[in-house]
Amino acid sequence: MSNELEAISDPGLPAHVHRKADHDPIAEKKAERQVAILFLLSAAGTILFIYSYIWISQDLFIYLPVLGTTNAKQLFLGVGLAASLFFIGAGAIHWAKTLMPDEEVIAMRHEMRSDDADRAALVKSAKEGAAAAGLGRRSLIKRTMGLSLGLIGLSPLLLLRDLGPLPAKQLDVTSWDKGTRLVTDPGNRPIKPSDLEVGAVAQVLPQLRAGEERTLNNIGKDAVLLIRLRPEEFQLTPEKLAMTHEGIIAFSKICSHMGCAIALYEQQTKHLLCPCHQSTFDVPRGAKVIFGPAARPLPQLGISVDSEGYLVAQNPFSEPVGPSFWERNTK
Amino acid sequence: MKHLSRYRRHKAAAPLLLLFALLAIGTTFSVASATPSKSMSTFARTAAIDEGRAIFLKGCSSCHGLNAEGGQVAPSLIGVGAASVDFQVGTGRMPMADMSQQAMRKPPKYNAEQVALLAQYVASLATGPAIPTDEVLNYERDGNTAQGGQLFRTNCAMCHNFAAQGGALTQGKYAPTLMGVEPKYMYEAMLTGPQSMPVFGDKVITPAEKLSIIKWIKAAQAEPALGGAALGRVGPVTEGLLIWTLGIGLLIGVAVWLAMKAR
Repeated sequence: MSNELEAISDPGLPAHVHRKADHDPIAEKKAERQVAILFLLSAAGTILFIYSYIWISQDLFIYLPVLGTTNAKQLFLGVGLAASLFFIGAGAIHWAKTLMPDEEVIAMRHEMRSDDADRAALVKSAKEGAAAAGLGRRSLIKRTMGLSLGLIGLSPLLLLRDLGPLPAKQLDVTSWDKGTRLVTDPGNRPIKPSDLEVGAVAQVLPQLRAGEERTLNNIGKDAVLLIRLRPEEFQLTPEKLAMTHEGIIAFSKICSHMGCAIALYEQQTKHLLCPCHQSTFDVPRGAKVIFGPAARPLPQLGISVDSEGYLVAQNPFSEPVGPSFWERNTK
Repeated sequence: MKHLSRYRRHKAAAPLLLLFALLAIGTTFSVASATPSKSMSTFARTAAIDEGRAIFLKGCSSCHGLNAEGGQVAPSLIGVGAASVDFQVGTGRMPMADMSQQAMRKPPKYNAEQVALLAQYVASLATGPAIPTDEVLNYERDGNTAQGGQLFRTNCAMCHNFAAQGGALTQGKYAPTLMGVEPKYMYEAMLTGPQSMPVFGDKVITPAEKLSIIKWIKAAQAEPALGGAALGRVGPVTEGLLIWTLGIGLLIGVAVWLAMKAR
């Protein structure tokens, strides 16, 4: 039996039509010029790139019809680099399509298996090589190599440690405490209820005790938004209503979904929106989630006033602020 | 008319008719709607209030009520103050063109004098925020750009975009761009909280801090886009749109060209 298959004499393909450049010397010259022009455009792009990098001033702005006023240096750096890369590819493709050989060739398939003599020779040379390297004898090398390979496998496993540590009780504890004054962010001024008109909001942080410093980590947990409504607009349980003061309600600004800072408050609809995933909280109903992926209302901070009339926290937050985590409900 | 009716099935007939109808409605409306009367420059206070009331009754009372007490479609204006009137009418937001989601900025319907008269009338109903004077609005002198940036990022950026270009709210509402907005109107907007915007009172954001915010916005507006085409400075939205349409379009074009047989 022959290893070669017979070609089918006519598989039904249309006859091969040669390109114009294959038989017309004028068309061939033309195609050659076209390829050359494409390569020259690429070269010009590179020169433009170099020129822009060195000589165009950082402060030069030019007006373009669609883009408007644009920085010339950045524009020509980009145009130059794009042209140099694009036209080198375009030239190569045009060359291949119009001038490189265009003969249809039939390549026969062969059986994949090597013949027996070649296979035997390979096995023989492999055995000889192993014997010469002394793999069987040098057990010290064999073992240390095994050790090194095993340790390499361990390092990606070690990096999984970065998935932790678990947040533990970090989100349960904020700087808010009984009697902590609410101060503006930024500015650190204490606030009286009369400072907020109906429809007003204020971004607040806990007042620092002497010697304390505000860290980003603290702001990330402590940030609170004050909103003033008309007291009759609230639809809250008696406990939640007791946490408001003269129509002022305070929520943690940290979204209960992924922890983004929420402060997009629509005064007319009284909705509070998270800019990251559009979770929407209804303020009169205690930041009840009415749209989006957040799983629960924003934690509410109970507020009242101190002897000087400034707004203070009634108590720390009664639940962890921010997104869900596994141990959230385990006390 | 007979020769006209020959063209009634012409393919341009329907669009032309629609255009004609729209023009007719538009011109009829603008002729029929009241044009505010011209006013004089100086008036005694009470006279000015009376004059303002006259403008109010003509142009505003159909929605806001004969005594500015509000109605089914419009809020009460008692106690909103002169600043609110100056902002809403001075920027053309009021009177509203239609009952859409949001009153948008358009060429004002009343001139500066009429706005001042209206503001005096509304301010006479109950006390409210006053219009800031030019002396108050000297943000170049009294503002602090760095502080303004910090305040803007905490209080404004979530709606008006990190570069004050404006942004979308819910259900077709939006926070407008702050580029090119007069300092007076920005100040009044913070003070009065128009439409979806909350109020930022003078104790929460002090007048000096308001000026700092304005100074920062003006600095952001003047800031050249050193990184090339800014694409509206709205971040990944336009950048993504450009790469998905222009970028991928270009790639598809190249792919088609690659697969085409040369002749």
